[in-house]
Amino acid sequence: MAETVERAVVRRRDGVTVIDMPAHIDITSEAALDTAYSEVSPKGAVLLNFTGTQYINSSGIALIVGILARARKQSRPIGAYGLSDHYREIFEVTRLADFMGLYGDEQAAIAAKR
Amino acid sequence: MMTWTRTLRRVIGLGAPKTADTDVQRAAATARRQAVERPPIDIAPNDPLLAYFAESRGAVSLDELQLDSPAVQALRARGSKLVVPLISQGELIGLLDLGPRLSDQEYSREDRRLLDKLAGQAAPAVRVAQLVREQESEVRARERLEQELRVAQLIQQQFLPKHLPELRGWQFAAYYHAAREVGGDFYDFIELPNEQVALVIGDVTGHGVPAALVMATTRSILRSDAPRLVSPGAVLARANTLLHGDIPPNMFVTCLYAVLEPATGRLRYANAGHDLPYVRGESGVRDLRATGMPLGLMADMTYEEKETVLDPGEGLLLHSDGLAEAHDPERNMFGFPRMRELVGRFEAGQPLIDELLNDLGRFTGAAWEQEDDITLVTLVRSEGVEDVRVLDEFEIASVSGNERQAMERVAASIRGVALAGRRLERLKTAVAEATMNAIEHGNQGRAELPVRLEVSTNDGHVVVRITDLGGGRDIPEATTPDLEAKLAGLQKPRGWGLFLIKNMVDDVRVTSDERHHTVELVMRLGGGSDGRDS
Repeated sequence: MAETVERAVVRRRDGVTVIDMPAHIDITSEAALDTAYSEVSPKGAVLLNFTGTQYINSSGIALIVGILARARKQSRPIGAYGLSDHYREIFEVTRLADFMGLYGDEQAAIAAKR
Repeated sequence: MMTWTRTLRRVIGLGAPKTADTDVQRAAATARRQAVERPPIDIAPNDPLLAYFAESRGAVSLDELQLDSPAVQALRARGSKLVVPLISQGELIGLLDLGPRLSDQEYSREDRRLLDKLAGQAAPAVRVAQLVREQESEVRARERLEQELRVAQLIQQQFLPKHLPELRGWQFAAYYHAAREVGGDFYDFIELPNEQVALVIGDVTGHGVPAALVMATTRSILRSDAPRLVSPGAVLARANTLLHGDIPPNMFVTCLYAVLEPATGRLRYANAGHDLPYVRGESGVRDLRATGMPLGLMADMTYEEKETVLDPGEGLLLHSDGLAEAHDPERNMFGFPRMRELVGRFEAGQPLIDELLNDLGRFTGAAWEQEDDITLVTLVRSEGVEDVRVLDEFEIASVSGNERQAMERVAASIRGVALAGRRLERLKTAVAEATMNAIEHGNQGRAELPVRLEVSTNDGHVVVRITDLGGGRDIPEATTPDLEAKLAGLQKPRGWGLFLIKNMVDDVRVTSDERHHTVELVMRLGGGSDGRDS
């Protein structure tokens, strides 16, 4: 999933729900991410795919915190992959990485969450 | 001292026991109707009357008392006939003081028996009332003290500089921390003609509101005379003249006043009995000595004026005695030699302040309660000053989303400068966040208000200045968001902007005036201490 999109796409692979995250995650992504999360299967792990994401700002971080909070409330595993080195660092600085596994690519992420 | 009326009122007010003798209740009610309010009299702790009642109990006719007692004289003078001791837990806590009977007859044995009984019942209740009153009085005294401390702190904070001077080729740092009682420390920077700047540090004797008020007065005098007189000795002499005569007895002000010419490093100074400043240079630490009496002590003082030059790389420390005179648990003093040695070991500026405070913490231990205000002001002259090179200047409209445009333009403008890879990405994130804050908070999302960006290199750094029109408002401090609380739904998920900015760049400086608010993002060129430059 390398192409960049402005909306989030939900798909299933090997029993895991994958949300392809938008190219830009900021305050304008709120509705898209809300809709996407409401479309995920009621059970099982959720993976956030950042491969096509080029920009995340603090409002975007807040939206990701919101998704993480919802997943934790449902006691479902959640992970992320495809982050650039810079955004991986931001996930570490903000401690999001303490609450969701970070993987290099989709295959590694699905293997870990399946 | 209880009067008849008051005592009875208090007994009744607190609710006499239901089992109390009905005669007592009747007597109380009658007295309440008929008694006239009389002011209490004070009995000195050494009055023989107190010694008398320590020995004997029960009602006593004043006519029968043979004591050389001022209290007895005072009681007789106002027509008292009988006193009944109020004893609670073996302690005399007051007296029932009775005038003549309304019938003009002497008090009978039955009257006295009744009064003794009444006193026995009233005393515990009176004692409770006394304790409550004492406690209330203590609370009020404590509140007054706390209020005074708050006022002193307010005055102190009001008159300390809100910003450090921004002079090309100079870095300033300052630290001020008031002791709990709040001393009279102060420091100031005053802009002078010909791009000179005055540096002031002082200490008023005493604590609390009086010291804070003298500090505020001294500061005002110095500020009003500094631009006109410029000469440090003349400024201190004039301040001394104005303070002397007005300053409360036993108070005075120590003060170091220096004038810096930033372009040459020339520093002229005079000292009114303040702790010696230290200069850290290549050949070690030197003291800046100049003689002069503290301000406000004696009239017509003159102040020796001296000068030195702060060469590139040299640093200056101005300080108050709060740090050097701090004590460890064994009552050893931190001392000026130890402070001087630290000045020699560490680069002036923020690193020196950090080291001094760390060393103080190690010396005093964790349980230390700060004894006096601590004030530290340092400045350091840069080794080499490269000209400021402006790479780009532009404005964007305050429309949400424009921060990305600003971010990309800043990134394009520093192409070719030694900042790349992750450090460039970090700067971009900080620029986007600071610009977004300028759009949303500073300019309140009003599209017609511009956000101005300036990108420059200066002295081995790239500096991005982001200015909005949100001056005159308090700027929140960056705090670390509580992710656990956000995930638990106890806090909103937002609130990451300032935290991200602070963590992405090497330095953030925030300045504001009445109209503008500027965030300055600073990155060292040629890599950073994290060693992750690519």
